[in-house]
Amino acid sequence: MTSLDRRDFLRLGLVAGPASLVAGCGWDGGPFVKSRLATMSRLNDWVGENILQSSTRLARVYPVTARSSAMPGYHISRDVPTLEIETPWALEIGGEVRAPTALTLEMLQQLPRITYTVKHHCVEGWTAVATWSGVAFSAVAALVQPTDRARFVRFDSFDNGYYNGWDMASAMHPQTLLAYGFNDRPLMPDHGAPLRLYSPIKLGYKLTKYLTRVTFTATRPGGYWEDQGYPWLGGI
Amino acid sequence: MTESPYPRVKRHSGLVRLTHWLNAIVLTGMIASGLQIYVAFRHFGTTVTRLPVPNPFDGYVFPKAVRLGGWLAGGLNWHFALAWPLVITGLAYLGFLIVTGQWRELLFRPRDIKPAIEMQLYYLRLRKEHPPQGKHNALQKGAYTFIVALGAISVLSGFAIYKPVQLSWLTTLFGGFEFARYWHFVAVWLFIAFTIVHVAAVLLADRASLPSMITGWYRGKFPSHD
Repeated sequence: MTSLDRRDFLRLGLVAGPASLVAGCGWDGGPFVKSRLATMSRLNDWVGENILQSSTRLARVYPVTARSSAMPGYHISRDVPTLEIETPWALEIGGEVRAPTALTLEMLQQLPRITYTVKHHCVEGWTAVATWSGVAFSAVAALVQPTDRARFVRFDSFDNGYYNGWDMASAMHPQTLLAYGFNDRPLMPDHGAPLRLYSPIKLGYKLTKYLTRVTFTATRPGGYWEDQGYPWLGGI
Repeated sequence: MTESPYPRVKRHSGLVRLTHWLNAIVLTGMIASGLQIYVAFRHFGTTVTRLPVPNPFDGYVFPKAVRLGGWLAGGLNWHFALAWPLVITGLAYLGFLIVTGQWRELLFRPRDIKPAIEMQLYYLRLRKEHPPQGKHNALQKGAYTFIVALGAISVLSGFAIYKPVQLSWLTTLFGGFEFARYWHFVAVWLFIAFTIVHVAAVLLADRASLPSMITGWYRGKFPSHD
């Protein structure tokens, strides 16, 4: 058997060269490639929304003993966003609805409460199991009566403009909550107090914290990370 | 170039050559964008508990030169876009093998175990004569069956971590989300190991097989494979 000589190394280089050029240097592809990748991402969103996603399939629920000992929180503001003690807070709900309204935390807590222990999937690849309590988004939607034009929902926050856009089916999913409780306790500022969106069928970056407003829309809203390139659907 | 003493024989059809090279390019991009995604969370498990599995790359940031996408979102978009040509190429190749019946020459079956051992002995110089074979010897069949199975496992474990709720049955099949993500990562190193052996075998054992994968025609010392 011959050993790998210099010529062989040159040939290996011929194969490996173009491959590493493609992979090379953390290249993001430039604007031309980026816009095509965005188109592909929208195609994948379409497949995710219309073929892979079921509006009734439930994410697995866990016993409370399966809870993770840590649940990382994050925000885009420099400091943990908190409300001034004197500031009255209410969730404004409007847009393509017949009965726009504003709900205080007390009013939300009087609606039927749902509590579940589910697995959180971060886009980075880590998971954590935690318990969340809140009201089904569909119950709040029933109060404001979305019009036929409402096809999406936009969630706004007081975290430095962080927001998300959702497809209606995911928002109306039975496990999608407006959550005010975390691990048997009131939601704290590190996880989005006083109210956050939670659902085990979406990646973490779709779950708007520090909610201020819910808007039903006819056109597709973007999102803080989504506008920068993250998949819009974020459904899992 | 001196006149070759070997006859010129047709070795690979156009579809096999096309899917082979497409796959080589797409897989390179899949691995590079996958490594970009990996650096966002360089462990296996939840945030606090690690899976009890070996990972020499725990905490390792792969160098920029082998990553594709620039940042997590770029890596994800490349990965999910290239998944289409990867799956389409794979299905075209498998469909071709089934329609033409060529899968019979490539699928490693229990009856190939004995000739595979004989072939290994021959390669290790423990057996003098080259064992009789069809188009591919039993070791090649083993390698090609392995790589197709590895491709299928990569794609399926990829879907398992892409949609762990909607495709929860698939995720469960791989032992849950965290394990599915681990198997998806292990597949990368098996692909790379296969490629090293595959390229070395071409260069060291049968160089004429390289042009045959480009032109389809083979002129070398093993013309009787067909």
